[in-house]
Amino acid sequence: MGEIISLKRESLLKYVLQLADNALILGQRLAELCGHGPILEQDIAITNISLDLIGEARILYQYAAEIEGNGKTEDDYPYKRDVRDWQNILLVELPNGHFGYTIMRQFMFDCYHYYHLKAMTNSGDERLAQIAAKTIKEATYHLKYSSEWVIRLGDGTQESHDKMQEALNDRIRFFDEAFIPSKIENDKSLNGVAVDCTKIKASAWAKFTEVCQTANLEIPEVKFPQKGGKDGVHTEHFGFILAELQFVQKSYPDSNW
Amino acid sequence: MTEIQSLEKRFQDRIDAEERIEPRDWMPEKYRKTLIRQISQHAHSEVVGMLPEGNWITRAPNLRRKLGLIAKVQDEAGHGLYLYSACETLGISRDEVLDQLHTGKAKYSSIFNYPTLTWADIGAIGWLVDGAAILNQVPLCRCSYGPYARAMVRVCKEESFHQRQGYEIMLTLANGTPEQKEMAQDAINRWWWPSLMMFGPNDSESTHSAQSMAWRIKRFSNDELRQRMVDMIKPQTDILGLTLPDPEIKWNEERGAHDFGEIDWDEFWSVVKGDGPCNKERLAARVKAHEEGQWVRDAALAYAEKQEVRKASDGKTKVA
Repeated sequence: MGEIISLKRESLLKYVLQLADNALILGQRLAELCGHGPILEQDIAITNISLDLIGEARILYQYAAEIEGNGKTEDDYPYKRDVRDWQNILLVELPNGHFGYTIMRQFMFDCYHYYHLKAMTNSGDERLAQIAAKTIKEATYHLKYSSEWVIRLGDGTQESHDKMQEALNDRIRFFDEAFIPSKIENDKSLNGVAVDCTKIKASAWAKFTEVCQTANLEIPEVKFPQKGGKDGVHTEHFGFILAELQFVQKSYPDSNW
Repeated sequence: MTEIQSLEKRFQDRIDAEERIEPRDWMPEKYRKTLIRQISQHAHSEVVGMLPEGNWITRAPNLRRKLGLIAKVQDEAGHGLYLYSACETLGISRDEVLDQLHTGKAKYSSIFNYPTLTWADIGAIGWLVDGAAILNQVPLCRCSYGPYARAMVRVCKEESFHQRQGYEIMLTLANGTPEQKEMAQDAINRWWWPSLMMFGPNDSESTHSAQSMAWRIKRFSNDELRQRMVDMIKPQTDILGLTLPDPEIKWNEERGAHDFGEIDWDEFWSVVKGDGPCNKERLAARVKAHEEGQWVRDAALAYAEKQEVRKASDGKTKVA
């Protein structure tokens, strides 16, 4: 019995980290833009989303530390793990590119994130349900914001339309990873706790398609979706993200900041 | 008395009676120009000021500090927004004042032309640079021009939070490992003199001061405010167990204030004139963001216009 409980705990920990990693890495990417946005108002808006996501990651890492219960803190996970231990989807680690790429990446993530949180409000794990209930308010706003910008840019000028179509063509192959279950998401011990991501795929895609259509964007066919992030097989960009994120703690280990 | 002279006299009487001047009120052209110069420089300083600190967001040493720093830099963007709006009430558009920044015509606070090298610089900036900014800005809450004064009330509340956050970073470092303590001392050594320079040239050299005082835009002289800075920061440095890089700093019982050494005015003027360590990089970063954002702004405008047309034709169809 004890063994089953500890196995379940290990799976839950991994699952929570997967959720936290997505939020943190996208928050980190968006934070790179702070001070460099195309309009001051959008600089502030993008920074807000970054703050929300890093805030969400933080509560999840705190929960992870409680699950482990061995004195780890919220900072141990982001600052002390190497590439292979991170479980975020590849989409969130892709570079910001031009503003069209940033918005397209955000929109894809928001389509997944919103429906994922919506399902997670019914999680059998009370804490995860609470976290979802709290963060879905922010995710609702994120989805509204990114949808509006996809439409505005897709249906703006010829140049902006071409840039959005370019971003969509390049990034679409990273969209589906969110809906392909990882080993942990399929773990039987997490039945009723983990969201069945195959079940949110239809709603997320419906929203995605509707907005792209309104924006006059054509969704290209994806023959081979990119995946691997959930199992720690990342893009080459990822090591550089960690190099920046972890620089101070790596240079001055065991210090309080 | 000519008509202008009588308007000017009435204007000055209102200022002397501590009445607030509002956008629709008559004001001398020079008053308007002075305010546009000062408020736009202030706005630019907020926005350029995002860069040296923004530089450390991705490297902040833990999640709490990262969130604190992002929120702080975001506040600065917000201050930029209020101040650009205050400028607009004086009849100049945001595009025009931004253009002055990007072409190098408008200045911004020279402090942001220094590089941020270590995490301790983020503490030192919050504590010293925001500290100096507060001393400059608190009197501006009583500035004769209403929109500027009101913007400053909100800005000052946030700045004082930033200053506490900066000092708390310094305290943590000062009580940390020997390497952290050294990092904190090094940051003070590099940021102290540039922070004192933030109050501008000595009163005897300050060209705009007398008129700004008469118009109650400014209430204290550069040297008065600089003295307050030294008197405020010296005891706080002592609490940290660190030192200021000025061997001449000493309490003067007679004056009831600290004596301190002379600023390197050659350095001050060369940074003002564009030859500081990061002047070119800061301006280039702003110009790049602006130019790369052009298609986004064009698209937003084009989309808004299309929506207007759609709404109008929708309305017609309904009426028909």
